[in-house]
Amino acid sequence: MERIKIATVWLGGCSGCHMSFLDLDEFLIELADMVDIVYSPVVDCKEYPEGVAVCLIEGAVCNEDNLELLHKIRARTQVLISFGDCAITANVPAMRNPLGPDNVANVLQCAYIDHAQDNPRVPMSAGIVPTLLTRVMPVHEAVVVEYYLPGCPPSADHIKALLTQLLGGSTPHLEGKQIKFG
Amino acid sequence: MAVKTLTIDGKTISAEESATILQAAEEAGVIIPTLCHLDGIYDVGACRLCLVEIVGYTKLMSACTTRVREGMEVTTNSERLRNYRRMTLELLFAERNHICAVCVANGHCELQALAYEQGMDHVRYDYCYPKWEVDASHRLFGMDHNRCILCTRCVRACWHIEGAGTKNVSGRGNQSRIICDLNDNWGVSKTCTSCGKCVMACPTGALFHQGSTAAEMQRDRSKLEFIVNAREKKQWSV
Repeated sequence: MERIKIATVWLGGCSGCHMSFLDLDEFLIELADMVDIVYSPVVDCKEYPEGVAVCLIEGAVCNEDNLELLHKIRARTQVLISFGDCAITANVPAMRNPLGPDNVANVLQCAYIDHAQDNPRVPMSAGIVPTLLTRVMPVHEAVVVEYYLPGCPPSADHIKALLTQLLGGSTPHLEGKQIKFG
Repeated sequence: MAVKTLTIDGKTISAEESATILQAAEEAGVIIPTLCHLDGIYDVGACRLCLVEIVGYTKLMSACTTRVREGMEVTTNSERLRNYRRMTLELLFAERNHICAVCVANGHCELQALAYEQGMDHVRYDYCYPKWEVDASHRLFGMDHNRCILCTRCVRACWHIEGAGTKNVSGRGNQSRIICDLNDNWGVSKTCTSCGKCVMACPTGALFHQGSTAAEMQRDRSKLEFIVNAREKKQWSV
C-alpha cells in the first residue's frame, strides 16, 4: 500500500501545536506505518514537495515568507487543515492588529529599540529576514482551507480523532467537546 | 390566572399568559440557547441567540422577549435557526478581540460554550481588530472592552439587582460600549458600591476580578440567585 504523503508546517506560532502533535505518543508509530511525513519542522526537507495529500498548518500568516509558502502549499496539497488557534483565529500573533496601520513599526520599535539592553537595532536583512505584513491573518483568509482543528494547542486526542477520520477515508467532523479554543 | 396552550417543537404545552416563549420552553424541558438572558433580571433580546420561528410570522422572534399566545406554533431548532445562531456567534467573535488562549474566562465562558455547542470551528468573517481599552482603575475589578459582547447583563444587574445605576451603555453601533457613570474611570465612580454583581453576571471575560489570570475567572451566580429569589418570593420583610 502506498503511504499517504503528509506535511506539517509552522508559520507564525509558538510551535505548541507541533509539541501537541508529538504528544500523540504511540499513535505516532501507527501513523508512521500509514503515512510519509514529507515536509515538517521535524523533517529535513528544504522545499515543499509536489503531490502532498494532507498538510497541517500551525500558526498565523504574519510575514511575506508565510504568505509565499502558504500559496505554494495550497498549489501542491489536496487537503489543508488549519491546526490550532493561531491558524484559525490568528490568536496572539494578531494582537498587534488593533494598533492600526503603523503596528509593524510600533512593535519593532518596542521589541528591538525601547527594550533593548545592548545594540538597539531593528533587524533588517533583505532576502533573509522576511518583511512583516501590516495585518496578521488567519490561514483561511489567505487560502482555501478544508478543515479546522482548534485549540491552543489542540490536544493530542483531538489531533488523533481528526487524523483517524481523515486517514480512514471519512470526512473529518469534530463536534461538541472535540471543539475547544484556547 | 389565564393559561395559554401552544406547541413548541411539536409538543403541546400550556403556560401562564404572562410567560415568555423562553420560560414556557424551559418548563417543557426544551432548551433554547441564550446569552444575554440572566435569571432574575428583565430580558432585552440583545444577543439574538434565542431566535425562534413562529408559524404566521416571517420574522424570527426572540424567545426571551416574546410572550406566549393561544395556538402559537413555535420551532426552536431548524436548519435556518442553526445557521443564524452560528452566524450571530461568528459575528460576535469577529467584532472585538476575543483571544481565548489569554482570556481570564477561558474554559468558563458562555460565549465559548455556545460556540462549541453550535459547532463553530472557525469564523467565516474577517476579524475587525478594533482598538479598545482596558479599565483597570477599580480596586477590585477590571473591565476589558475587547471581550465585551454588549449583552448588558452587567448594566441590568447594576440597575435592577443592586440599584446603584453605575453601569450604562454609551455610543452607537460598533462604537457602543459599557461605561461607568458619565464615562468616568470605574475606579473613581461615586455610585459604584463595589458589590461585584456585574462581575458575577458577565458571560465572558470582559468583567473580572483584579489579579485573575488566564482561565482563572469562574463566576459565582449563587448570590444573584439568592437575592432575586428572596425578593421575588418576598422572603425579606421591610
